[in-house]
Amino acid sequence: MRVMAQMSMVMNLDKCIGCHTCSVTCKQAWTNRSGVEYVWFNNVESRPGQGYPRTYEDQDRWQGGWTRTRSGRLKPRAGGRIKKLLSIFANPKLPAMQDYYEPWTYDYEHLLTAPAGGTDTPVARPKSLLTGEDTKVTWSANWDDSLAGGNEIAAGDPVLRQLSDQVRQEYEKAFLFFLPRICEHCLNPSCAASCPSGAIYKRAEDGIVLVDQDRCRGWRMCVTGCPYKKIYFNHRTGKAEKCTFCFPRIEIGQPTICSETCVGRLRYLGLMLYDADRVGAAAAVKDEHDLYDAQRSVFLDPHDPEVVAAARAADIPDDWITAAQRSPIWDLIMKYEVALPLHPEYRTMPMVWYIPPLSPVVDILRDTGHDGEDLNNLFGAVDALRIPVDYLAGLFTAGDPGPVTGVLQRLAAMRAYQRRINLGEERDESLASTVGMTGQQMDDMYRLLAIAKYEERY
Amino acid sequence: MAGAAEGAGRALLAVGGLVRRAEVSADGRTLHQIGGREADAFYRDRWSYDKVVRSTHGVNCTGSCSWKVYVKDGIITWEQQQTDYPSVGADRPEYEPRGCPRGAAFSWYTYSPTRVRYPYARGVLVEMFREAKARLGGDPVAAWADIQADPERRRRYQRARGKGGLVRVSWDEAQEIVAAAHVHTIARHGPDRVAGFSPIPAMSMVSHAIGARFLSLIGGSMLSFYDWYADLPVASPQMFGDQTDVPESGDWWDASYLVMWGSNVPVTRTPDAHWMAEARYRGQKVVVVSPDYADNVKFADEWLPAQPGTDGALAMAMGHVILKEFFVDRSTPRFADYVSRFTDLPYLITLEPVEGGGHRPGKFVTAADLGEAGAEAAFRPVVWDTVTDAPAVPNGSLGDRFGEAGAGRWNLDLGAIVPRLGCAGGAAVQVALPRFDNDTPELMTRGVPTVRVAGRLVTTVYDLMLAQYGVSRPGLPGVWPSGYDDPAVPYTPAWQEPITGVPAAAVARIAREFADNAERSGGRSMILMGAGTNHWFHSDTTYRAMLALTTLTGCQGVNGGGWAHYVGQEKCRPVTGWSHLAFALDWVRPPRQMIGTAFWYLHTDQWRYDRYSADVLASPHAKGEFTGRHTADLLAKSARLGWMPSMPTFDRNPLDLAEEARAADPDDPAGYVARELADGRLGFACADPDAERNWPRVLTVWRANLLGSSAKGNEYFLRHLLGTDASLRARETEPDKRPRDVVWHDEAPEGKLDLLLSLDFRMTSTTLFSDVVLPAATWYEKHDLNTTDMHPFIHAFTPAISPPWQTRTDFDAFHGIAKVFSELAGPRLGVREDLVAAPLLHDTPDAMATPGGVVRDWKTGEAPAVPGRTMPKFVVVERDYGAVAAKLGALGPLLDKLGTTTKAVTVDVKPEIEFLKKVNGTVRGGVADGRPRLDTDIRACEAILALAGTTNGRVATEGFEFLERRTGRKLADLSAEHEGKQIRFADCQSRPVPVITSPEWSGSEHGGRRYSPFTINVERLKPWHTLTGRQHFYLDHDWMQELGEELPVFRPPLDMHKLFGEPRLGGNGELELTVRYLTPHSKWSIHSEYQDNLIMLTLSRGGPTMWMSEADAAKIGVTDNEWIEAVNRNGVVVCRAVVTHKMPEGTVYMYHAQERVIDVPKAETNGRRGGIHNSLTRLLIKPSHLIGGYAQLSFAFNYLGPTGNQRDEVTVIRRRSQEVEY
Repeated sequence: MRVMAQMSMVMNLDKCIGCHTCSVTCKQAWTNRSGVEYVWFNNVESRPGQGYPRTYEDQDRWQGGWTRTRSGRLKPRAGGRIKKLLSIFANPKLPAMQDYYEPWTYDYEHLLTAPAGGTDTPVARPKSLLTGEDTKVTWSANWDDSLAGGNEIAAGDPVLRQLSDQVRQEYEKAFLFFLPRICEHCLNPSCAASCPSGAIYKRAEDGIVLVDQDRCRGWRMCVTGCPYKKIYFNHRTGKAEKCTFCFPRIEIGQPTICSETCVGRLRYLGLMLYDADRVGAAAAVKDEHDLYDAQRSVFLDPHDPEVVAAARAADIPDDWITAAQRSPIWDLIMKYEVALPLHPEYRTMPMVWYIPPLSPVVDILRDTGHDGEDLNNLFGAVDALRIPVDYLAGLFTAGDPGPVTGVLQRLAAMRAYQRRINLGEERDESLASTVGMTGQQMDDMYRLLAIAKYEERY
Repeated sequence: MAGAAEGAGRALLAVGGLVRRAEVSADGRTLHQIGGREADAFYRDRWSYDKVVRSTHGVNCTGSCSWKVYVKDGIITWEQQQTDYPSVGADRPEYEPRGCPRGAAFSWYTYSPTRVRYPYARGVLVEMFREAKARLGGDPVAAWADIQADPERRRRYQRARGKGGLVRVSWDEAQEIVAAAHVHTIARHGPDRVAGFSPIPAMSMVSHAIGARFLSLIGGSMLSFYDWYADLPVASPQMFGDQTDVPESGDWWDASYLVMWGSNVPVTRTPDAHWMAEARYRGQKVVVVSPDYADNVKFADEWLPAQPGTDGALAMAMGHVILKEFFVDRSTPRFADYVSRFTDLPYLITLEPVEGGGHRPGKFVTAADLGEAGAEAAFRPVVWDTVTDAPAVPNGSLGDRFGEAGAGRWNLDLGAIVPRLGCAGGAAVQVALPRFDNDTPELMTRGVPTVRVAGRLVTTVYDLMLAQYGVSRPGLPGVWPSGYDDPAVPYTPAWQEPITGVPAAAVARIAREFADNAERSGGRSMILMGAGTNHWFHSDTTYRAMLALTTLTGCQGVNGGGWAHYVGQEKCRPVTGWSHLAFALDWVRPPRQMIGTAFWYLHTDQWRYDRYSADVLASPHAKGEFTGRHTADLLAKSARLGWMPSMPTFDRNPLDLAEEARAADPDDPAGYVARELADGRLGFACADPDAERNWPRVLTVWRANLLGSSAKGNEYFLRHLLGTDASLRARETEPDKRPRDVVWHDEAPEGKLDLLLSLDFRMTSTTLFSDVVLPAATWYEKHDLNTTDMHPFIHAFTPAISPPWQTRTDFDAFHGIAKVFSELAGPRLGVREDLVAAPLLHDTPDAMATPGGVVRDWKTGEAPAVPGRTMPKFVVVERDYGAVAAKLGALGPLLDKLGTTTKAVTVDVKPEIEFLKKVNGTVRGGVADGRPRLDTDIRACEAILALAGTTNGRVATEGFEFLERRTGRKLADLSAEHEGKQIRFADCQSRPVPVITSPEWSGSEHGGRRYSPFTINVERLKPWHTLTGRQHFYLDHDWMQELGEELPVFRPPLDMHKLFGEPRLGGNGELELTVRYLTPHSKWSIHSEYQDNLIMLTLSRGGPTMWMSEADAAKIGVTDNEWIEAVNRNGVVVCRAVVTHKMPEGTVYMYHAQERVIDVPKAETNGRRGGIHNSLTRLLIKPSHLIGGYAQLSFAFNYLGPTGNQRDEVTVIRRRSQEVEY
């Protein structure tokens, strides 16, 4: 057992309102400068939708992450370091400008400086920030926000395309949720493995993945290697940049900017202890559906005396161990089992996890009279939610609907359980036990998810 | 949660305690750590800063979020939300971290290229002014007069408005032009020809107050905004006698059933949305009513996709279900008790016989009908007491509110009276009730039980409600629905299905759940409503139908229950402090306050394009009050009866009129004015708004973007008010439809306004058209105060940097203008008397001017012309024009004498004045000698805080003691816990501070509970400010009867084909489509603010767009992001299409306040610059909003007035050439 510590995040998508405050505060603090106009360390995607950069989840095309060889070993999908070095001057697997967007501005000055004698109201026209020329805005970091573009764009959603019974999205069947994303600060980062210069490192003490700006030579192999496309190329400095997990803040005990400014109060930060020796094997399990459990199996219970002893032996200080014991991440992933990894099939062992969202019940439910007068039935009707479980499974469990259904059932049961308390009725333990929990756990989970005090989120 | 940020993240802090140096991992596979930490330096530097300052965002948005503004090297770098709100309870979520992406992008403006850095003026005007001034001996006022006297020069600079040509001028010159225009206008035309527009004072109270105060001191007209924005839910004054009082968002947590109805919370209440998300985990059920798959549907358990504008039908059908199942089929004790005590349901209504047999609902039976003497008797309505089995007059009505006799009796304590809910068993009589769901209004005949009282045939409001909703009881005659599945008769679930598109079964089920939850939870069912239901012509009826649901089920006045109206609502919590400063009530009363909608309707000449007579809106029962009447006629009537204010007021200068009146009748100038009016020698300006002498001349807009945001009928503004080019295509009213009492000029005026002045920090549609633009400080560059109704805290603006370049705070700008104005005005105007016409005011005895709501017009001889009864009050006030600047900067002596008054509660504030003398210091010399200084923004903040009950426990407690004497109920304990607490400005700077429970509002925060409106009414039996003192289902004013809106009723959207000849909805032939045109609030802006912000533009589509369904797009061959044009009689819009399946067919959304400054090409239609979202809209005034002088239907500023609704509009859309020109 080699105990290491990892700063991790869980986002409760069920609470995400898609406001993008996280993106803006992150942008303002970190990438509000030339060369990185198009860079969003944090972005929020509408689902269904193409994501940013568009269709980044289509690894057949972008070749990100790891693949498992027939011998059971992992190799970067785009090829190992040798192959990278051989093709270092030609990287065809890189998203192009049109896959991101051409940053633009407007000739705002014209509004003030328009001379007299004009025949019409002055207007600020869009100008490309790359060429300075007039432009028409045709794509952005968030072009398909809230289902903008409809089927024309959603049809390109790689997750939606995987659904076997894909149907055209219609007004009556519309569904929508938001997916905020930062760098996953993976336990098994394929970006680092892709870097010919060895400029990408994972901090030993907290697992934050950073690009050494001095060593980066701008080969951009990391951009290909990262399946989440969360490494960006600064076209001014010629170096790679990425989400830093706000390490200057984390180091002094402040949450990341995206977390602290999250208006939905849906982000949780915490330390996880894991066994570094088991990461490789876990990432290489044969069946993609086993990756979720495999990753959970490398996490170490910080309350386990053996783990604590091993952590101390690994020079992890006591206050860090305490932090791991208090970590809301541990509770959400391991105790309540409501958080899931994003695209475990990329085999990078991502460390930003998600609680999948509930959604309205579809008409089927109403029509069958399934709910009737009883709100509890409604809360329990996970099969009839608008967002197809398969779609969520495509994001979080490599297509296995089981864990997703389990989470949604636990959330629904929590609502039903708490409703009785809300109305002054007797607690119904059976509502907890049907989802494998106790009433006390229901209360604890409710406190963490609903009341979610600042000091309990971070 | 003391200092969440510090206490925060203890776990993280632990992590932060140690940063270990690198360790190279032995694992060759992935875990690399190479090199030192020198490479991190860039990010560490990036994160460093010099200071963090607390501020917020000052207008438009009502979020009131406290922000940390970061400053490095004297430059504002970015902002993040504060997290230090005081805790709202151990078992609840907190308010941190309030904010949204728009607010987070605000600092972009500070140094952006759209920042107004210097004063600007229209070049052509500046040249004229300089030339005239030089020619006229350097007299700026003479120079301004000279230009205005020359129609050619005047038109020349007016026509240049909005076409570039702004030039830099100095502050001195800008102030001189502005001051000269004011002095000239006051002298030549009158002070009421000067108008000011600035909305939402709560969001930066001092910035608002300083301009309003200047205008009030000179006698200018302040224009209302809440009604003009159509955000005022008129149903609130109608039902509650209150402007709008709503729960803080933390109270959503208390609801166990939440209907979000026309309010897209994640988008429009971003900082509050988490409460909704979190309350679901308590088992709150969430239902969304929205025509599109809006962002909030994601959080719903069920979605009712009602067609736009049909919400009233849905609500009426829900009411049908609730009345049937919870009142008639079985009596629900909680509901029956609640409606008996807190609503007008048990009150008796006279039934009036109608020609051809049958009856119609008439007036409330009052004590006067029972023979009681005294003026108040007509305002003391009557119930039937089951104990004595006789009529009885409960306490708490308007008749008890002001007279000596009512002292100690104005309360809701029924004593021994047990009101009978309904006359069941009495003789049945048929009443005819109007329905408007078909093309032509019809009558339905339904029976009600009756009794005889004082010789009248009467029934109760409850019986009428059951008849109106179609809830039958055995033995009653009439046409009743056969059941929920009866589609033919209002108001069954099946009846609403073809109208709304919502399945009948779903409606019945949701209504049942809503009421069942209310019963089981003690009233914790909530309806969260907004612009989607409130911006329609008939929104007052829609809201009354929705509010019927919360009131019938006993949810109003309960934490977690009732209505939660959130659009444009604000809460200037220290309202007394703000209002007395803003309207200069410390120096002179009354101020000139004008209903914005009527002002714009007349002065932008939209009335000239009304092509219908008001009787198209009337009930089949109508007596003909509206027949052949143009809306402008009704407006004129409302003005002359003193119902609503009217500015400019008379057809002459009120200074001259005052002089004339004083000369003619020194002791009774008001009587003289009344006689002159009655004899027709003096006229109201609104009866001839196009006559040159009646135009408004000077308009100042600050903290607002009138022409880019709220100006419904934008093209009418441009043509008639400003006199520049416009894309208006409407036809004027045909001769037979023109007003009778309002003069028609064959040629419509263009360019009424002499001066448009704006103060802003960015270039907007308003600054582009302004004659003078003054550079304003942003919200990170000034001191001010901020509150909202969404949370219970007051907090501060603090400058992160000094106003850069030549920008100034609004406070300093108006002081500068006032100084130059006073210098110029002193010798020219001196001390003058001014005749102010004040309307009959709510919360005063004026509200008893119209017994029975029976309209009598002095003009037609129906009543004598009596000021303050049948016409406005005429008050002569003194204006010392040379002393305006001095008065602006000092707290005046009127407060010592009169104290402060808010909602009829008067407080002696002498201790506060003494306190302010010490804190602010006193003025030395001049008219304000010895008065507390208000010469800095911080001192103005201190005055607001000291004078208001919400921020000064002594004032709150004294106010409650005043109310105790009137109500005879215990109240002062509500604030006694904070009697010694006085919030100071520095307190608001250090952390948001919870406010104190105060009689200024209707809810209690006693003991730290969440704010919910009307809890004081329900728990302490303090009456609502209505006729009965209870919540009103029934409104008996003559005009309500004319409209057939005595009771909740469904009125569909206006038919623009019938009224204006627009094409019918649907296809118009090839590649053209007529659709409903809606302008909901946007995700990427707060009104027009942030529409031009590069960060927001980058996250959205980078310019104006219109959302449409895939089906509609296909019909006209449009694909996503293609250029389209939208055209109707009001104007033209050019924008790009957003095609999506989340929109319903037949409706397009152009999100609110997309203006023409960013990426708007020229239109194919007419070759001119495409318009703003409001180029396709215009104003339409509903007559019932003009009622005044009668109980809760009495004017107060932003409390009651015609709404500037715009959602009934339609437009033609088509794909245009994809080659665009700018």
